[in-house]
Amino acid sequence: MKTALRFTALVMLAAILAACAREVVEEPAPPEPPPPSEPAPVETDRVNPRDYTDARNLDNPDSLLSQRVIYFEFDRSNVRSQFRPIVEAHAEYLRANPSARVILEGHTDERGSREYNLGLGERRGNAVDELLRAGGVPSRQIEVVSYGEERPVCRDSNEDCWQRNRRTEIVYTAR
Amino acid sequence: MAVLLVALLLPALASAQLRIEIVDGVEGAMPIAVAPFAWDSDMPEPATSVSEIISANLHRSGLFDPMDEAQMIDRPTRPPEVGFGTWRLLKVDHLVIGRVTDAPDGVGYEIEYHLLDVHTGRILLSQALPVGPGDLRFGAHRVTDAVYERLIGVPGAFATRIAYVVVTDQDGDDELFELVVADADGHNPQTIVRNTQPILSPSWSPDGRKLAYVSFATGRSNVIVQDLYTGQNRNVSSDRGINGAPAFSPDGRKLAVSLSRGGSPDIWVIDLENDRREQLTQHWTIATEPAWAPESGRIFFTSDRAGRPQIYSMRSDGSDVQRETREGRYNARPSFGLDDRHLAVVWSDGDNDFRIAIHDRETDRLRVLSDGRLDESPSFAPNGSMVLYATRQNGRGVLAAVSADGRVRQRLVLSEGDVREPAWSPIIR
Repeated sequence: MKTALRFTALVMLAAILAACAREVVEEPAPPEPPPPSEPAPVETDRVNPRDYTDARNLDNPDSLLSQRVIYFEFDRSNVRSQFRPIVEAHAEYLRANPSARVILEGHTDERGSREYNLGLGERRGNAVDELLRAGGVPSRQIEVVSYGEERPVCRDSNEDCWQRNRRTEIVYTAR
Repeated sequence: MAVLLVALLLPALASAQLRIEIVDGVEGAMPIAVAPFAWDSDMPEPATSVSEIISANLHRSGLFDPMDEAQMIDRPTRPPEVGFGTWRLLKVDHLVIGRVTDAPDGVGYEIEYHLLDVHTGRILLSQALPVGPGDLRFGAHRVTDAVYERLIGVPGAFATRIAYVVVTDQDGDDELFELVVADADGHNPQTIVRNTQPILSPSWSPDGRKLAYVSFATGRSNVIVQDLYTGQNRNVSSDRGINGAPAFSPDGRKLAVSLSRGGSPDIWVIDLENDRREQLTQHWTIATEPAWAPESGRIFFTSDRAGRPQIYSMRSDGSDVQRETREGRYNARPSFGLDDRHLAVVWSDGDNDFRIAIHDRETDRLRVLSDGRLDESPSFAPNGSMVLYATRQNGRGVLAAVSADGRVRQRLVLSEGDVREPAWSPIIR
């Protein structure tokens, strides 16, 4: 009896631990910390992933510029600290490339009413917009468009999906 | 592939039809019989007869228990032919009889019908209703409206239409959004507009002729007003930011909308005759989903000015703002029926379960009517009897309807795709 109880407790503990572990994994991956500074390679055609003025880095998976989605907490629109380096990298790019244009697409998860979610999605777009402008980007380079819950990237009704849908996408319309 | 094939086979404007299932009816629904109507016309009789449509309507309301035609021993079509004793033995309270003839002027038909009280033998209602050549179904709905009103005491809402949005997956990541208008029983679905960009928030004009809706066809939100008879559409708002949540004023001349051109969504009213705009709210929070109260003309709306979304109301000039809902953490998307007293809303007490509720403004009590997890977009029937809303079933969007007292439940299912954003039309004369 005692053993059975202890076993049950163990199984439960394991389940709880597994649940916790999963939650950590489910968080959208934070951006990688900037690599330690090292002497720049001498080859001329190699791209420095930390050169946020270089358009080639928009497609370079090693560069923060290739990351263009900012994720949010439920019913919140503040940009969390782990996503700020991404926004700052894009601010640097937009400053250096005055002809570049972005649309900040604000999105929400499916919970709650659609029109309210349009408002919430716009807030998320605006939050990124404010950071970009604080980083010196002229407002003419930026447009905010809210899609609310109308354009989910994931269709299941659970938190795994919802946290991927609560986002602002930085979409370049001109590089 | 299967989806694509179906899409190709469909005629350009017709759309798949909603199937309405009764989930819950009223215990002790009224026994009634609709005897087959006589067909006295040179035109061929349609496959579904007028009496079958009336019977199905009454059944769908959940308040009636119509007798099967096969069980009817007697099939009178005129009052003198009715042997009341027989109907009493069959335990029927009321009887509907009638005939369809060619209209006296030769255009269309005339439906002559009678509603009889089986116990007293009295005729409760007699009418000859002229209907246009293609309008027999609609005529049957109007007969049902009259029968319903005579027996229940409130006008029926059978001769009405519903608008909704259907979303189907296309090849690749693409989706197709269609705004569809159908009869209230799901028949005659017509696609009003289709696009690969989102369509939402359809709203009827009070005469039932026009729909206002939000379209992302340009990649940004725009408010469109479309005439259902001419097909003509007009972009009435394409400002910077959100253009959303259209709602016609009770006189049909104005459109309340939510615009974020000032930095955050506020309620504005657009005069549809001269395009003049008036800003009614000015607050840094979200104000959206305006709804005009049918009696007072006050405008109700959703705002999170107190932290979480709640319903507020104001005069139609923006003055005298009052908070309306307090029960629960989330109240949004107000919808009115017949009166100012009952307000259907999306309600939640937490972050995960969103349900349809009716807020009674006189008692300040809230009654939760649905039990889904993601119920939204409530739309009152114009007679206040039922609330139509969007819910999910097996991961798919479906529509559902619940009576205002919670006793009758229906599900409206489409064979393919996601159905959402229902809007019940006003009563169409």
